[in-house]
Amino acid sequence: MKEFAIIYRSEPMGEIKLTAEGNLVVSKEWENWMGGVAAQNKLVSPGMRLGNEGRTVKPGNIITNGPYAEVKEIVGGLSIFRAESIEEALEMAKSCPILNVTEGSVEVRDIIQMNG
Amino acid sequence: MYQAEAFLLMQEKELIPYLYRTEFRKITAVLCRSLGIEHISVAEDLVGDTFLLAAETWGLKGIPQNPAAWLYTVAKNKAKDLLKRNTLFSQKISPQIQYATDDKHEIEIDLSAQNIQDSQLQMMFAICHPGIPSEAQIGLSLRILCSFSIDEIADAFLTNKETINKRLYRAKEKLKQDNVKIELPPESEIDKRIENVLTTLYLLFNEGYYSSNNNAVLREDLCLEAMRLTHMLTENENTNKPAVSALLALMCFHASRFEARVDSNGELILYEDQDISLWNRELILQGERYLNKASTGNYLSKYHWEAAIAYWHTTTNNEDQKWEKILSLYNQLLMMEYSPIAALNRTYALSKVYGNEEAIIEAEKLNLDNNHLYHCLLGELYSDVNLQKAIEHLQKALRLSRVAVDKKVIKNKISKLGKLKNV
Repeated sequence: MKEFAIIYRSEPMGEIKLTAEGNLVVSKEWENWMGGVAAQNKLVSPGMRLGNEGRTVKPGNIITNGPYAEVKEIVGGLSIFRAESIEEALEMAKSCPILNVTEGSVEVRDIIQMNG
Repeated sequence: MYQAEAFLLMQEKELIPYLYRTEFRKITAVLCRSLGIEHISVAEDLVGDTFLLAAETWGLKGIPQNPAAWLYTVAKNKAKDLLKRNTLFSQKISPQIQYATDDKHEIEIDLSAQNIQDSQLQMMFAICHPGIPSEAQIGLSLRILCSFSIDEIADAFLTNKETINKRLYRAKEKLKQDNVKIELPPESEIDKRIENVLTTLYLLFNEGYYSSNNNAVLREDLCLEAMRLTHMLTENENTNKPAVSALLALMCFHASRFEARVDSNGELILYEDQDISLWNRELILQGERYLNKASTGNYLSKYHWEAAIAYWHTTTNNEDQKWEKILSLYNQLLMMEYSPIAALNRTYALSKVYGNEEAIIEAEKLNLDNNHLYHCLLGELYSDVNLQKAIEHLQKALRLSRVAVDKKVIKNKISKLGKLKNV
């Protein structure tokens, strides 16, 4: 089994909802999708949702505002799945709820473990 | 403390087994603590001899006024005699024996309620030491913490005395080799060590709740013992962690269905077909109390999720909301820790919310082809969609199942579907 990063992209989605305890509010759609992956024992980590605050540093100490200064779609988060092949990982990605939103896409990348 | 009145009503014939169950574990734990982990067997033998002597003496002279105190005194004296003999032995012959003491420093064998409680808790941590295989932990727990006889343990595991004796012997040797201390772990380690204790108690409970054993009384006994030990952890402030309350809540919710899940012939009644009026309200309420107690701190254990799932199973109004909640909780449990049974149950919950066809698609991704419960689930899901396929899955489940009670349930289902098919 190999591990794959599942990278979610879409156009910026505005405010991120948190519960009173500060946890991310997860929609039923996402939870069922992720639960389905976990039920196949293929979820290594639900990973993380990225927030809206961001800056980018470029050579010459140039700092641009926000992660989305120049692009229409941004990375909204990532998870780690386990699969025999990239095809199998892609098969799971095909039902990802991100595909239902504007500019939504999923990038599947193989992971190479770093030593040390 | 002890209800002397209750003892008066009991005949010697039933009193001794009763006391064996309640007192063997207490005296053994205290003696183990005094003698050291390497002498568990010595402690067991001493307490065993004490009960033999009780059987002989009480038969001749009648039952003493306070039978438990009688046992304590005799066990204490036997231990002291042994130590004295051992002192002589050790001074003259074998100085390395560790529990030898000199005459001036007589070892204290304290059978006060407090020390009994402390010793039992400490023994629990010693037995559930991560170095010991879990089957051996359960066996040793039943022997030392629950006063089960070797025969009863063999029955519980559907095996023979020799196997259990060997298993316990190896576990005791391992405790000795690893020089496991009979003590509560320091506060900084307790969260980590208690995980293993809870796993053992959880397995002990499941052994009773799901076991293949036909002896319903024995099975219920295993569950009650697991609950008693878990409850003991809630009574000590060092071990009273939210995860402990969550596990106890889970056990209460499950135990509330004891009466409803078995019919008069000892056959299993599935959740869906149970007579709700037989669910034990008192245990459900107790479960709710422990679940509330568990909701402190900022760490959720898998027992929290499982207890919440079990809680929703005890509710009877608002079926739609119930299954949506259960599905959501299974999703979260699985994201935390995968297990085949959680994956199957999640898919069942999904069928309740989104229908069988949707659930079949999800089920067929689970990759559990060798699991009889997987085929039971598909048999259930297909029964409204494709009778032929439903029957095929159930037949496969029947071939894979090794448990008589399960086989019976599957056979009934096949014959029910077979009749529908022929209409």
